[in-house]
Amino acid sequence: MGLFILRRVGVMLLTALCLTFIVFWLTNLAPNLEKLAKTQGNARMSDEAVTSWLENRGYTQALPVKYGQWLGILPGYVIEGTDGEIRARCREPGQPLDEISTFCGILQGDWGFSTVARENVSEVLPTRLANTGKLMFWVMVVMVPGALILGVLAGMREGSRTDRSLSTVSILSTATPEYVSGVIFISVFATATFGMQWFKGSAASAVENATFENFFLPVITIALYGMGYIARMTRASMTEVMTAQYIRTARLKGVSFPKIVLKHALRNALIAPFTVIMLQFPWLLNGVVIVETLFTYQGFGWELVRAAGNNDIEMLLGISVVSVFVVLLTQLISDIGYVYLNPRIRIS
Amino acid sequence: MEVLTWTGSLGAILNPILTVLVAAFAVALIAQLVLGLFAAPVTLQSNADGSLMARGGALGMTEKATKWLFFGILAICVAYIVVPQVLPYGAAGIVGEISKRFLPVWTALVVLFIVSIRYKRRLGLYGKLFDSTIGMIGFALVMFWVFTAIFFGAFNMIATHEYLSQVSGMKNVVPGTPVPEGTAGDVSHYLLGGDNLARDVFSRVVAGSVFVMAIAPLATIFAFMVGITLGLPAGFYGGKLDTVLSFLANLILAFPVILLFYLLVTPEIVLTGIPSYMAAFLFFFPIIFFGVLLNSRYYTQPAKRTAIMAPVLGVLAWLYLSIINQPGTVIDFLPSWLDLFDITVLVVFVSVVFVNAPTVFRIVRGLTLDLRTRDYVAAAQTRGERPWYIMLWEILPNARGPLIVDFCLRIGYTTILLGTLGFFGLGLSSESPDWGSTINEGRRLLLIYAHPALPPAMALLSLVLGLNLLADGLREESLKD
Repeated sequence: MGLFILRRVGVMLLTALCLTFIVFWLTNLAPNLEKLAKTQGNARMSDEAVTSWLENRGYTQALPVKYGQWLGILPGYVIEGTDGEIRARCREPGQPLDEISTFCGILQGDWGFSTVARENVSEVLPTRLANTGKLMFWVMVVMVPGALILGVLAGMREGSRTDRSLSTVSILSTATPEYVSGVIFISVFATATFGMQWFKGSAASAVENATFENFFLPVITIALYGMGYIARMTRASMTEVMTAQYIRTARLKGVSFPKIVLKHALRNALIAPFTVIMLQFPWLLNGVVIVETLFTYQGFGWELVRAAGNNDIEMLLGISVVSVFVVLLTQLISDIGYVYLNPRIRIS
Repeated sequence: MEVLTWTGSLGAILNPILTVLVAAFAVALIAQLVLGLFAAPVTLQSNADGSLMARGGALGMTEKATKWLFFGILAICVAYIVVPQVLPYGAAGIVGEISKRFLPVWTALVVLFIVSIRYKRRLGLYGKLFDSTIGMIGFALVMFWVFTAIFFGAFNMIATHEYLSQVSGMKNVVPGTPVPEGTAGDVSHYLLGGDNLARDVFSRVVAGSVFVMAIAPLATIFAFMVGITLGLPAGFYGGKLDTVLSFLANLILAFPVILLFYLLVTPEIVLTGIPSYMAAFLFFFPIIFFGVLLNSRYYTQPAKRTAIMAPVLGVLAWLYLSIINQPGTVIDFLPSWLDLFDITVLVVFVSVVFVNAPTVFRIVRGLTLDLRTRDYVAAAQTRGERPWYIMLWEILPNARGPLIVDFCLRIGYTTILLGTLGFFGLGLSSESPDWGSTINEGRRLLLIYAHPALPPAMALLSLVLGLNLLADGLREESLKD
């Protein structure tokens, strides 16, 4: 087990390295850098001005060198620019030149500077993540119990009418992407069109003060899309358990049906959904981006859209590091959890 | 011209009936669900004449009631579609006029279903689909949009106005508003209202179906070609090849899709030519697939092999070159008389294939891992068949069931991805009528005008739902074998 986790962590680090390098490469392509120079400097810069702007800020170094500097395994650049000013990667604003540190990369805990937010990435990201964390918490609170109840009710009597109608409901919810359900919810419940203006169509104020009125729609929009999938997995695992020998034995003994479901079937039926719920996190990440954009909620996904739209390189890298670790960690937890919950599975 | 109401004079009769039926249906459904929780399991009881006893008591009654109420609602809905066909213009309101516009689609659907049900025993898995209600509903929804795309794309039917033409004074108008004199298309109203640029919402939704129908199935097929060509050897040989390919697949899957889209589908990236190179790489897989497929089958008969492979590969190579060759990009060497078509949204197409291929790879690899231990594989190995013959002609046909089901689901997922791209305004022009872009445009004014965003949202929802139901029906029927 220890070796297994060690190997998985190794693969995880390798994946994270590869992914950040890809993001680094894509954001550092020449047209992207030109766009960055023009948005940061002056939109009507000449080509020479763009080149010197980029040179002065170290963007024209070789790609592996820049990546090494960002990682913190190569010393940060110190460049005397064409305009006479000396710029250093590791220089804090107002810091004298002889005091700056040699290495300042992600390994030293320096996430870089966001060119859009005009703040350090390490200051912006945690607040955004906290906002998204709040959203995700409520999504989980709504989604997981809802999905499990749906799945168990549908799966306890396979082929019954309850099963068929609940399965159709879960298919419907998996077939509704967030940008469709969000738009439908807003136009039904947040405008006067249908006379049911119960909620707010924007969650911007929920960052400080989340109320039922401004937070319910974003939460339910994300939760619904994931709910159907988990419910279907729960149903599949429940139907499998309900045909097992020991359930038949319990039935033949004369145990009542509710007792069979609650005491005998439920615990074994919930093993598979656990892994599915963990693997659902990366999916939710997508939903978060769409919903935060739709409801203008300033979280992680909103920041992603803003950073990507403005080629904010270091912010994008920070975001990809975080999301890659979320994805890989949840995979790891789901693997370990599966082994832990199901003693029949052993890893060689 | 008067403003059209939703259901016109027909609604005066049908609406009250529908309201009552729906209310009764809701009550019966809830009663049935609640009672069903406490009911004893059904014990089959046969009568003397061989029939089975229905469930009695309160639960049995609610079950019967829901059934008949459902049929009643269905009948009213059919009436909303059928009756307006014989009424004069405007008498049946917006719903009636929309139903009239879709007349070719209804006709095609009815013909298709009658023919399919008539010959379903001879049609294999496709015929079996017509044994499952869920599958039939899903198939009807999917074919509705397929026919809409065909009739609009090929014959320019159904849509009422030019989907790009702007009519002054029609900005954000509510559904059923008449257009000013002299600008009427086939119909003198904006049936579903106008959007922010005074274009007809209904016509744009209809036009958007062509985009989805042209890209989603094709992109899914390409993703399957890539996934199958790489997944079969990975699962069959295992070892280092498997480790490397699986690592790459997991690498792409660990990327949040939207981040990937934001990095890949931008005008700046198109300038660098990366999408063209990716297209050149990804779209080569169908040629490999068909080349290996035919070669492994006929390599013992060289004359026949050449006769079959030369035309097939020739046509594929020509298509391949036409797809990747685009004037104004890095790959532009083909003379224009040889270039069959230009895909303006190549970057969208490539990125959707790129995102889907790793998942297909994982499914195919898993299936191959399972199937390679079967007896017929051992038999083929004993016969001395070569590995690629075993993979493509022994393992692949036996993996078709799950793959067909996944294919349907994946078209739905691709549709969602295309909508996501449109929703973030990536890779598509703002004039594009595709559903994602239309939703994106509509959402900006959503709190004031809800009507431009809702129709494309419902269209996308119904298509994806149809594909999911179809996949569910297919899965159920293929499990019955």
